[in-house]
Amino acid sequence: MALSQSWRRTLESLCLSFGAILAGILLFGVFCALAGTNPFAVYGSIWKAAFGTWSTFQNTLVRAAPLMLSALCTALPARLGLVIIGNEGALVVGGLAAVSMGLAMGTAFPPFIVQVGMAIAGMIMGGIWIGAAGWLRHYRGVNETISSLLLNYVAIALLNHLVGGPLRDPSSLNKPSTFPLAEVNMLGSIPGTRVHWGLLYGLIACIIAYFLMQRTTFGFAARTAGGNIRAAKIAGLPVGKLTVMICFLAGTCAGLAGMVEVAAVQGAANESLNVGYGYGGILVAFAARHNPLAAVLISLLVGGILASGGILQRAHGLPDATVLIFQGLVFLMVLYSDSLYGKFGVFKEKPIMIEPPAPPPPSPGQEPVMTV
Amino acid sequence: MADTSQAIGWLGVPLAIIAGTMRGGTPFLFVSLGECLTEKSGKINLGLEGTLLTGAMAAYAVSYLTNSPWLGVLAAGFAGAALGAIHGWLSQQPRVNDVAVGIAMIIFGSGVAFFFGKPFIQPKAPQLPTINLGEWSDFPALQAALQISPLFLIGLAIAPIMAWFFRSTRWGLFIRAVGDSPEAARAMGVSIFNVRMFSVIAGSFLAGIGGAALSLYYPGLWTERISSGQGLMAVALVIFARWNPIMCLWASLLFGGAQALGPALQSIGIKEGYYLFNAAPYVLTLLIMIFTCSPKRTLSGVPGALGTDS
Repeated sequence: MALSQSWRRTLESLCLSFGAILAGILLFGVFCALAGTNPFAVYGSIWKAAFGTWSTFQNTLVRAAPLMLSALCTALPARLGLVIIGNEGALVVGGLAAVSMGLAMGTAFPPFIVQVGMAIAGMIMGGIWIGAAGWLRHYRGVNETISSLLLNYVAIALLNHLVGGPLRDPSSLNKPSTFPLAEVNMLGSIPGTRVHWGLLYGLIACIIAYFLMQRTTFGFAARTAGGNIRAAKIAGLPVGKLTVMICFLAGTCAGLAGMVEVAAVQGAANESLNVGYGYGGILVAFAARHNPLAAVLISLLVGGILASGGILQRAHGLPDATVLIFQGLVFLMVLYSDSLYGKFGVFKEKPIMIEPPAPPPPSPGQEPVMTV
Repeated sequence: MADTSQAIGWLGVPLAIIAGTMRGGTPFLFVSLGECLTEKSGKINLGLEGTLLTGAMAAYAVSYLTNSPWLGVLAAGFAGAALGAIHGWLSQQPRVNDVAVGIAMIIFGSGVAFFFGKPFIQPKAPQLPTINLGEWSDFPALQAALQISPLFLIGLAIAPIMAWFFRSTRWGLFIRAVGDSPEAARAMGVSIFNVRMFSVIAGSFLAGIGGAALSLYYPGLWTERISSGQGLMAVALVIFARWNPIMCLWASLLFGGAQALGPALQSIGIKEGYYLFNAAPYVLTLLIMIFTCSPKRTLSGVPGALGTDS
């Protein structure tokens, strides 16, 4: 009984999530038609650019990797009932810390050690960034959504300051960048592909996050505090420490995403660090209903949308903001689908089938008395 | 700008900041008043960042196409109201979180603005006329600082009108009732849905006009980076202003001044740390929130139903 109920509930949330994404895709088609392009041609192009061939699918995978990590930055605190949207900021400072560490260590150490150092630096910096938002939330009562958003802008200012001044490579003229990382210290590709090892980081992080939240006492405590903070306090849970810990972990994920972007894709820190993995990650987290495993799948989808930005511009003359509209529509539809829970009878548990005892046939002359 | 400020040297910094309080404060003023109206009814609209961008784009585009900046301002308001209608409706569906809808509206709104605004990045649209109070002065910097936009004056007038509206009118009472205690409002026979819908749409209309102030007054151009978080800071600003329209006015001026710090220092030749000074408004917002919030008590003036599901 309990099993079938949870099965139906899972099916309901799966159907609603996918239905919402489909509805978002349909609405996007309507938008394209209104903008004067053939929606089916646009769908075709997106499919081809995102999933069509192995070669293009690799582009999607490369973009999915930071999205998975960035999504965890929103998904983990969501279990505590916090809405953290500082993904972009944590990603940027994580990337900056990774570059600084990579440049400082240079070629004096074996590449593997340097990569580990960069990853740890990125994670710690990202963790501090979001952990601060969690700390402010619990100990100062500062709204975590707004503080994490403000921290995004502070991080971007910091990035602009560092790549424009102290860390600037004088030879990067058009696009100010830091000095590039040494070639040997870059994250390589998974053998046989163009996909870097960051994808594996993302997968592992999502799996760890899933087990941490669902299968450990730590995750149970966090979910309890998210469900009812007062009950959690009465039960003696250290809510403050939990909040800071979860936010720190969330930040480490986004910081790692920054390290991956820097050490596997860009090779240096520059303004390409904030190209939308932050907002994309928020979308992934919400569409996955903050479930880390579902986030892996949704990341592929959103990664595909991001990967198709170029072809929309080249083949259909649509501006690159089209991708933003696409994401926005899917996001709005996903949120709308939250209100549809319980609206469809298919997913409702059937009432227990116990035949009510048949009323005795009324004998003639003894009609049942209708009480008014 | 550069040569004149060299002439007056360091004096240029306070002058630019005073000018900034009015110029940079105008969008803050409109957005924060809009957010104040929205939050008084018990809903949060984080999506005003997208609304601001869409408003800026609509104002610039319409001003360019019709040659009438005032039509542009109107278009910005209506474009904002259209986005507000989506937010108002969606955020009132059961189990839908208004903060999440706001984030989605930031993405959607900026997408709409960049999509339709692409062709208008190059051309120069006619700007709103300004009232020049600095004619008597010989310093071009002072003249520029005293160019006051009628939009600023309109915002200046809206703040006390909104305070009076909340305090002394029937409709203001409805909005406060819906925001403070939806149960009481329902008992009064007020439609919570309609009141919140009105508040969100009207608030977004104001935020759209804030966007027009960006693209048609200061800095007076349309680029994809024209709004750098002003819409989001407005949410923090309303908390700082304790949901009081008059306080919103002072807070907007303060934020406008903070925003002018970076460019002002750059104009007198201090290039070092330019980007860090640009972060001043965000850091200021954070500090203000850290010092005004407390985990132990709810803030005075906060609408009772804000951030709850009722």
